[in-house]
Amino acid sequence: MSDIRTGVRAGLPMVLPSFAIGISFGVLAQPVMGSVAPIVMSIVVCSGAAQFAALTVLIAGGGAIPAILAGMLMNGRWLPMGLAIGPYLKGGPWRRALESWTLVDASFALASNGDGTYDRGKLIGATIPQCSSWVLGTVAGVLGGSLLGDPQALGLDAMFPAFFLVLLFEEARTRPAIAASAIGAVIALALLPWAPPGIPVVAAAAAALLGLHPRFALPRPAQVATA
Amino acid sequence: MSAVWITILVLAVGTWSAKAVGTLVLGTRDLSPRALSVTAAILAALVVYETLSAEGGGITLDARAAGLGAGLLAALAKAPMIVVIVVAAAVTAGLRALT
Repeated sequence: MSDIRTGVRAGLPMVLPSFAIGISFGVLAQPVMGSVAPIVMSIVVCSGAAQFAALTVLIAGGGAIPAILAGMLMNGRWLPMGLAIGPYLKGGPWRRALESWTLVDASFALASNGDGTYDRGKLIGATIPQCSSWVLGTVAGVLGGSLLGDPQALGLDAMFPAFFLVLLFEEARTRPAIAASAIGAVIALALLPWAPPGIPVVAAAAAALLGLHPRFALPRPAQVATA
Repeated sequence: MSAVWITILVLAVGTWSAKAVGTLVLGTRDLSPRALSVTAAILAALVVYETLSAEGGGITLDARAAGLGAGLLAALAKAPMIVVIVVAAAVTAGLRALT
């Protein structure tokens, strides 16, 4: 329990950016989706990237299938991230599938111990303030959108990369982590100009996952032969 | 059912499934700590992606990059996380107001 509380505290800096981006989602979604649907979507999907991707298609006049595909492309990154965090969740398959619902970018990063292991309590805890403020932001955006005007004018879309940058600073302290972040950045940069939305992050994550394979890993100091 | 609600329903199930599949594949088998950090690679990719991605695909350089640069300076000066985030948003907003 104390772990979850630590996670909630660690996730508090996410409240403002999540709320702000939630507002911009609500503002942009309301004219296309109505007032109830954006809020329901933020509650049941709770993934900013997937929701914005789907919304972009709906705004452009696309149907359900292209909108779903756009959202699912953004979801591709959950596969490698789930692989990394899976062993640290608790209980049987059902329980772990349920716990995996709390997997979001920021919590994943906050739960990392920096050595390839993850803290389950922090993952779950950090998601609570983030998803709550995301939903509340959506509500505020839907209701008060006309008062706010253009959310981009406030620079709200720069909050997420800045947040990830701070986490990256904390994460990339060891030489392998710095190498991994360089690889991730280069792959994303190389794919960004031509790959479909979402794919650059999936590819970077998949490449990094190769680093989890024993063949590519550096030997650990106290590695036991039978481990 | 309208396209909007079908999208919400399928995306809700799809997002959860994508998260659950990864966590279930390896079961409780411990990958054990490895040298290369998945988190660092994903974070770096997310920073690049969310700063330089153009609406509807492709790459673009806009006010976000300047905002992130200012955030980077704040982070290097050991500013608290919330300050870094607000600085990045403020510089991005300021630049957009000027252009």
